[in-house]
Amino acid sequence: MTTTQRNTKVMNRFELTQRLIKGLKDEAVIGGIGNTNFDLWAAGHRPENFYMLGSMGLAFPIALGVALAQPQRRVFALEGDGSLLMQLGCLSTIATLAPNNLTMVVMDNGIYQITGSQPTPAAAHTDVVAIALASGLANSSWAADEDDFERLIAQSMTASAPTLIGVRIDDKPGTGTTRRDPVQIRERFMHGMGVRQPL
Amino acid sequence: MAAAAEQSSAQGKATTWHGIVLETLKRNEIKLTPYVPDKVLTPLIKNLHADPYFTTFPTAREEEAVGIVSGAWMAGMRGAVLMQTSGFATLANVLASLAVPYQIPLIMFVSERGTLGEFNYGQALVCRTMRPVLDSLALEHHTITRLDELEFIADRSIKQAITTQAPVALILNPLLTGGKTFDK
Repeated sequence: MTTTQRNTKVMNRFELTQRLIKGLKDEAVIGGIGNTNFDLWAAGHRPENFYMLGSMGLAFPIALGVALAQPQRRVFALEGDGSLLMQLGCLSTIATLAPNNLTMVVMDNGIYQITGSQPTPAAAHTDVVAIALASGLANSSWAADEDDFERLIAQSMTASAPTLIGVRIDDKPGTGTTRRDPVQIRERFMHGMGVRQPL
Repeated sequence: MAAAAEQSSAQGKATTWHGIVLETLKRNEIKLTPYVPDKVLTPLIKNLHADPYFTTFPTAREEEAVGIVSGAWMAGMRGAVLMQTSGFATLANVLASLAVPYQIPLIMFVSERGTLGEFNYGQALVCRTMRPVLDSLALEHHTITRLDELEFIADRSIKQAITTQAPVALILNPLLTGGKTFDK
């Protein structure tokens, strides 16, 4: 499996997140726990962002729910490799339901950075993009570098099936820290999704 | 017993527990019904699949289904998760870190194993963890034993969950469903 990763550049989570956010309008973005949503927060808060403060591994399932509820809206989900390992079965569910408005990004550094940079059990021998492909997500690939990441994101916007993009990232911690106010996060997100108006 | 015909009499006239649950979900505009299957829930799951009103599908884990309906709720689509007692036992983390703190009206239907004729000791044990977990988070829960109370409890509980933005667990007791017995 190393052949599929050999030519992929090691990038930075915050830089990739900034590149993603820069091009967005009203798309939803679900940020997985820890550094993944810290960098989403640091890239600039928007009401269409949802930040997880627990429930490790549920970024893709939450994004699937948003995508099913609003098939006209593009939904992005940002998840760490360690988080995805806790919920690999969701890839099969997503492959079966196949919402074409869902773009998943796996931030893969092979470590649990936030808990002390311990290697994940997958670090040495597992290819998460290969897992996604084998789960039935045919639009799954590694981003070779930052420009390739942007190209894959753009391509996913008009894809006829869900997209999964693997990015190899460095071991840097998140850039900011999300304000841990779950009720406000959820309420603002619902405003962003247009299902509620502020009081 | 489980034939779709039984709950086809339309306009809230269902006479089976699963027919009443299906009609109550529909009346409350709950369209998204992911599940991890259970023998007792089979007729309900079958009829949800047969009804185009519902988007129903299996998930690999119960917490995955909780994530899906939570996302859907925030984007304007109502859902409910169907599971068995042992599946509920996997949910403490997602209840305490997603549904409760984010104030999401998570609606759970739990088919109760582990009591009134259980033959698997593990099921009997895991059942004993369910209510203490619900109580420890002060979550609303009802154990439904009677057919004549099912619609009232389910309908009112769903409405309460949505208006108070709080999860609810509706536990379907063997007295209601017949449960799973030794010879099945």
